[in-house]
Amino acid sequence: MIIANSLTKQFGPFMALRGLDLEVRPGEFVTIVGPNGAGKTTLLRILATLSRPTHGQVSIAGHALPKGADHARRQIGLLSHQPLLYGDLTAEENLRFFGKMYDVPHLEARIIELLDKVDLIDRRQDRARTFSRGMQQRLAIARALLHDPAVVLLDEPFTGLDPHASDRLEELLHLLRDGQRTVVMTIHDLERGWAMCDRALVLARGKIVYEANTKVVDVTTFRSDFKRVTA
Amino acid sequence: MTFFRKAWYIARKDILSELRTREMVSTMGAFSVLVILLFAFAFDLRVAKAGTVAPGALWVVVAFAGMLGLNRSLTSEIDRGSFDALLLTPIDRSAIFLGKALGIIVFMFAIEAVILPLFVIFFNLPFLQPTIIFIVALGTIGYGGIGTLLATMSSNTRLREVLLPVLLLPIAIPALLAAVKCTAGALDGREFAEWANWFGLLVAFDLVMLGASFLVYDFIVED
Repeated sequence: MIIANSLTKQFGPFMALRGLDLEVRPGEFVTIVGPNGAGKTTLLRILATLSRPTHGQVSIAGHALPKGADHARRQIGLLSHQPLLYGDLTAEENLRFFGKMYDVPHLEARIIELLDKVDLIDRRQDRARTFSRGMQQRLAIARALLHDPAVVLLDEPFTGLDPHASDRLEELLHLLRDGQRTVVMTIHDLERGWAMCDRALVLARGKIVYEANTKVVDVTTFRSDFKRVTA
Repeated sequence: MTFFRKAWYIARKDILSELRTREMVSTMGAFSVLVILLFAFAFDLRVAKAGTVAPGALWVVVAFAGMLGLNRSLTSEIDRGSFDALLLTPIDRSAIFLGKALGIIVFMFAIEAVILPLFVIFFNLPFLQPTIIFIVALGTIGYGGIGTLLATMSSNTRLREVLLPVLLLPIAIPALLAAVKCTAGALDGREFAEWANWFGLLVAFDLVMLGASFLVYDFIVED
């Protein structure tokens, strides 16, 4: 579903990614952890078609980037640590606007369905800027899933959330594990990331330096291995 | 949904947000009124014929008020990350350019609807005539178009507040100069043939700059 070969991204003299290879199978939930500056956000921005790699090839849902970017975008949903919403539009208006951009069929019904799922149906006519951080993230999930994407990218989605809002968000993100969607999530919280995924990768110094299958390795081993490979 | 309908949805979203906050238009409006007052009092004391300076004063106000709007329109969207959400959608980047440019042009038109009567009041000159309104509209379209492209470029840099005027004003000089000459020609009631070359330059600027912005926007928005 996601294939990246020899990805390099350079910002001036700084190399954010150094020949990174990644393959994520359809329906798989992959968590990427790593220290600050490891290149996690850069990688997700490239996978989301928001940034072009300096070198290397990326293919999303069979569409090679950048040529197939428009087709790939129809298959991608991104949830970031920023909600990526319009604060002065209501919850409903935000979803309606993005729904029209994606040509979502039966848009009004889809909006109601998603607002109901993220428990914002009663606040649908309130402006997004009046929402708490947790509510904004829930609305952002609705925005990311509006067009029913096959690939969901989660860029540190728990950042800035209180424990209650984080737990609520985690419950919603578990719904993505339906075997139909491919999910790639970057996160700082090793335990939470581990609990949610099928496979965990460690990104450090612009490369994948370690990977573990959650069915084979336990979280304690993963934590000690993480310390070792990122030291 | 067609290309133009998507561009319209983007512009409508910007207009709806602005109608609720009035942050951008109030800033542009307050700035414009203050500058007109300053010009009105300064010229009244020093210049014998207001008509010789009024067209220039009008376009100074339009250019700088427009710049305030351009900076605000793009930076707020980029800072909130909503511009990324827009880029994630599978729509043509040119439609995003058209929508954003359309939004800023509408805001500039709204400000001009206030500016022109104020120029009539303070300078006692016939600014509210169809020819001048048409010239102002043409100048605004070209300025707003190239301004949208350059504001998108500069919004991604640390020096964005400084960079936009440094980039925009030199590029917009032909349009501003042509607009001033056309406005002066129409204001003085001269024959069109006398300022037709300037009018041609203004139209050519609009076509070339809008066309170029349309084509290169895809490259500007990707890092």
